[in-house]
Amino acid sequence: MSASSNNNNFSKGTDLAVILLYLIMVAIGIMCIFMVEYNPNLDWSNSFLTAKTNYSKQIYFAIFCGFVAIFILLIDSKLFTALANISYVLGILLMLATFVLGKNINGSKSWIPIAGGFNLQPAELCKIFTALILAKFISKPETDFTKLKSHIVAGIMIALPAVLSIMQHEMGLALVYSAFIFAMYREGLPPVILVILLSFAILVITTLLLEPITMAIILTVIAGLFIAGMMKRFKHNKKNILIVLAIWMVSFGTVRFAVPYIFNNVFECYQSTRIYSMIGKEYDCSMNKKSASSTTERKTKKPDDYNVKQSKIAIGSGGFWGRGFLKGTQTRGKYVPAQHTDFIFTSLGEAFGFVGTFTFLALYLFFLFRLIRIAERQRSTFSRVYAYSVVGIFFFHIAVNICMTIGLFPVVGIPLPLISYGGSSLLTFTALLFILLRLDADRQMVLR
Amino acid sequence: MSMYNSNRGGIIQIIIGIIFILITAQLISLQIFSSKYVLAANNNAIFRKIIYPDRGIIYDRKKRALLENTISYDLVVIPNEAKGVDTATLCDILKIDKAEYSKRIIDVIIKNSRVKSGIFEAFLSAELYAQLTENLYRFPGFSLSERSIRSYPYNTAAHVLGYVAEVDVNFLQKHGEEGYEMGDYAGMTGLEKQYESILMGQRGVNRYLRDNKGKIQGPFEKGQFDTVAIAGRNLFTSMDVEVQQLAEKLLQHKIGSVVALNPKTGSVIAMASSPGYNPNLLTGNQRRKTIGRLLTDTARPIYNRAIKGQYPPGSTFKPMGALIALDEGLITPSFGYNCFGLYTSCGDPRKCEHHNAGHAANLQLALANSCNSYFLQVFRMAIDNPKYHNAKQGYLKWKQYMNSFGLGRKLGIDLPSENRASIPDTAQYNKDFGGAKYWNSCYMLTLGIGQDRMTATPLQLANAMAFIANKGYYYTPHFIDSVEEEDELEKKLLQNFRVKQEVTKIPTEYFDIIKEGMHDVTVYGTAAFIKVPGHEFCAKTGTAQNPHGKNHSLFVCFAPKDNPKIAVAVIVENAGFGATWAGPIAGLVIEKYLNDTLTKESKTKVDYLSNVDLMPAAIKAWYVRNNKTEMLTPIEYNNDELADIWDMEMVSETAPIPAKIDTIKKLDTAAPPSKPLVPLPKTKKAKEQALNPTLKKKKVNSKKNNVSI
Repeated sequence: MSASSNNNNFSKGTDLAVILLYLIMVAIGIMCIFMVEYNPNLDWSNSFLTAKTNYSKQIYFAIFCGFVAIFILLIDSKLFTALANISYVLGILLMLATFVLGKNINGSKSWIPIAGGFNLQPAELCKIFTALILAKFISKPETDFTKLKSHIVAGIMIALPAVLSIMQHEMGLALVYSAFIFAMYREGLPPVILVILLSFAILVITTLLLEPITMAIILTVIAGLFIAGMMKRFKHNKKNILIVLAIWMVSFGTVRFAVPYIFNNVFECYQSTRIYSMIGKEYDCSMNKKSASSTTERKTKKPDDYNVKQSKIAIGSGGFWGRGFLKGTQTRGKYVPAQHTDFIFTSLGEAFGFVGTFTFLALYLFFLFRLIRIAERQRSTFSRVYAYSVVGIFFFHIAVNICMTIGLFPVVGIPLPLISYGGSSLLTFTALLFILLRLDADRQMVLR
Repeated sequence: MSMYNSNRGGIIQIIIGIIFILITAQLISLQIFSSKYVLAANNNAIFRKIIYPDRGIIYDRKKRALLENTISYDLVVIPNEAKGVDTATLCDILKIDKAEYSKRIIDVIIKNSRVKSGIFEAFLSAELYAQLTENLYRFPGFSLSERSIRSYPYNTAAHVLGYVAEVDVNFLQKHGEEGYEMGDYAGMTGLEKQYESILMGQRGVNRYLRDNKGKIQGPFEKGQFDTVAIAGRNLFTSMDVEVQQLAEKLLQHKIGSVVALNPKTGSVIAMASSPGYNPNLLTGNQRRKTIGRLLTDTARPIYNRAIKGQYPPGSTFKPMGALIALDEGLITPSFGYNCFGLYTSCGDPRKCEHHNAGHAANLQLALANSCNSYFLQVFRMAIDNPKYHNAKQGYLKWKQYMNSFGLGRKLGIDLPSENRASIPDTAQYNKDFGGAKYWNSCYMLTLGIGQDRMTATPLQLANAMAFIANKGYYYTPHFIDSVEEEDELEKKLLQNFRVKQEVTKIPTEYFDIIKEGMHDVTVYGTAAFIKVPGHEFCAKTGTAQNPHGKNHSLFVCFAPKDNPKIAVAVIVENAGFGATWAGPIAGLVIEKYLNDTLTKESKTKVDYLSNVDLMPAAIKAWYVRNNKTEMLTPIEYNNDELADIWDMEMVSETAPIPAKIDTIKKLDTAAPPSKPLVPLPKTKKAKEQALNPTLKKKKVNSKKNNVSI
């Protein structure tokens, strides 16, 4: 089966189920944006195509994305492997360019203005490029992904755009890059690393929850128990004891110095506050050196857990059956900030209740499992790595976004894929998905 | 390599599945098991606007409104919108300074938040209202809001009607289930309290959708959850405004009470208690100024003496004593007692006002002459009745009679906090005298002439007269005869008032004897000089000794003699003989009620009596001492502008201060507007205007108000 024959009939071999799900999701997204913006006093039927309202803009974005999708499906799949490296470099350059050309939107300087009043967020596109370069790197015959060196190289590839995103104050976007861990894990990243990362996360969370002294005591007791247990079994093995001591030192350092440093010096005041408010604590902004100057200006704002509170009220008030299409009072009263973008899930939850949210989740779960199935049927490593990257990015977005609206995760600006309003976001996910579908159409080929 | 790690795809699926299960679990907890979010959402987004219905109106027997509703205006402000206000002008109009202005704005914010309107100044006077409407464009965020307040076109019956006031925390706790909210008004005393549930009507609630800035978006769900306000229902009494006003007027400058009942129905015709107050002083912005003054007044103008005052009935009790003796067969109407001015059978001699021979030769004569000795003897016979073995049993029987006459127990009138007064229990005498064995009829001898420990309220005395007038039954005294659109519950409530209370089996011929005796009182007896033109009536005077000062003057009566239509009890504290003060007051009240008008002669009597000052010196001294002489000012009844409280306020300010209290007035530096001590001479025309139903005029007034908005 040759690539040229596929070019003539691109629908052959493309996964129609995914395309169908994609269309359903985009339609749900437009409906949700419409619910948020609906005003009974205005004639909405006219405003649908005027591009003056967000839902109407989203329709144009979707149409544009449709063309992009068709275009991608027409491209020869070899092009993706060929352009992987160069696109990544281009993406990084674009991100760097934002520091010069960047336009300030909602406090983050990560947008580049392009024609027609539209803005482009290079960090969004960089996700695709990173997925491609990671796939390219791992699929190279000389790469042995069981080796630590390969892990480090892959890690740098992922970390670079992440760090740039942090510098652009786009915490959420930076976090998304951790989604590549799925692909890396699938390709041979030792589970130990996952366990270590998980332990570290638990350590950081408990640090926030407990007093430093309590933490120190707990860590010391655990270390002491380990050493005592080991003394009984291997009396002569001093190496193990040293390892335990080293872990204890690292943990203690994290608790005592690293976490406070990150919260006070790396994070912005509002970020620290959000994370603290997640676990029901209050963060004292006077400790934060980074935003010490801007604290006065922030004081006049609404309390930081206002978003989550209103978002939980909106979803919770939906109840089992929901309040009905266009009947949500939280949505109509515009109580949830950023409801058409990051908090779009709340309009769904309020209008259609648990029935709606559960159906929506089931749909997305089916979508993700379908992508994993696609990933596993690839012959070429490149396609598989890329597919897992897409799964990771989608999953991370969905999980973090929904968790933050229901109060399980701190508020970070991450859109709900295909649902949230926003051209950049929709374009990125469309491109991500359709490149995968294009690669999947050629799944019998071995791409490098 | 792909084969090598192919199981990892499954692990990734498991991880994704776990996260989705976590999310689902949280969604179940939020959407299915927490009801608080719906509440929170409703609190956020649904603005409940309460529509207050008009309170019900209380009418007298000629359908004149004893009280009604007037529109008053409040200046309200939405703090968030109060930007660019011409504060200087506003402060000028309201006569406040800038500091007070900011303080009030902050108060409104604290009470009602920035985006809701709160009251900046309540109950605007007509003048302020006019000034503010003219200048309102200078005060963005400010507006005038309407509210309904009570007004009393006849300035009368304050004690009976009671007042409405803003509910406090206590009230809310007590009436938690009834849907009152902070800022609501409710009846606090009198009929307003007793019939609150009927008068208040049903509040309506409109629900609006509002956005995160507090702006109203429109009705919630097209208004399908809104409820309509239902106006309070009207109450109908048998009171007579003119009789009530007359009774109050006659009690001016006196401490005392008048109760007039219709014996045929038990309906109250008039109930006055003095000193009283003008009910209009407890509505609107008057209330704040007045309530403190009224509560601290030593003469207790808020206290309703008609149902709470406890007085020894004195000789007015004698007909009841005679009834018992007749019913028990202890005496016959021809029973006589040879009184020579003293009763000596119990050692310590008791005086009788009469000593001519034969003044107590039979029951009728004894009643007419109010012979003390006769009734002391009759009382002893009742207590020492051989039928009941000992004094204690005899006393208990006597007490039982008393209670069935409605004395010493609550009658159940439809006013809150009625007093039962006292017919002492044997236990009290046992205690006083060291046991049941140690006392006999001589020990509480003066109970026979309504003294000792016996007390009664004016209402009880009037009711006892109704009982005698009806020859053996009465109806529970009450104000409310009927409720507009009465429902089953209210029918049941009012049923008590429509049932004959027939608690004794005393034969009617005994009542005839008593009636004849009481009639003789008015013919040749103690009240012979009191006449009701055109009517024969029955009466009994009373002069009750009182340990705290001068004798109380009492008078009970009913008229006409053969077809009683009114039973009256009058008490004037510390005034002296019953026939001198209480008697003429009762006579005039009866005349007014039965004839609907007073003769010229009677009118001069009214003028004379209403100006007689019988206030105890101690109370007057208290007023002077506390710079409160203005409280002695009686209510002005015959002012034809009274329907509108704004006008009334102006009248009170412009009314000339009479010379009589001018001298005391000088002591009073912070003199609030005062009304004349002596009612201004009034022409017949003015009086008619005041007494005629003002309903029509009221409508014109409120219309005028609406136009000027």
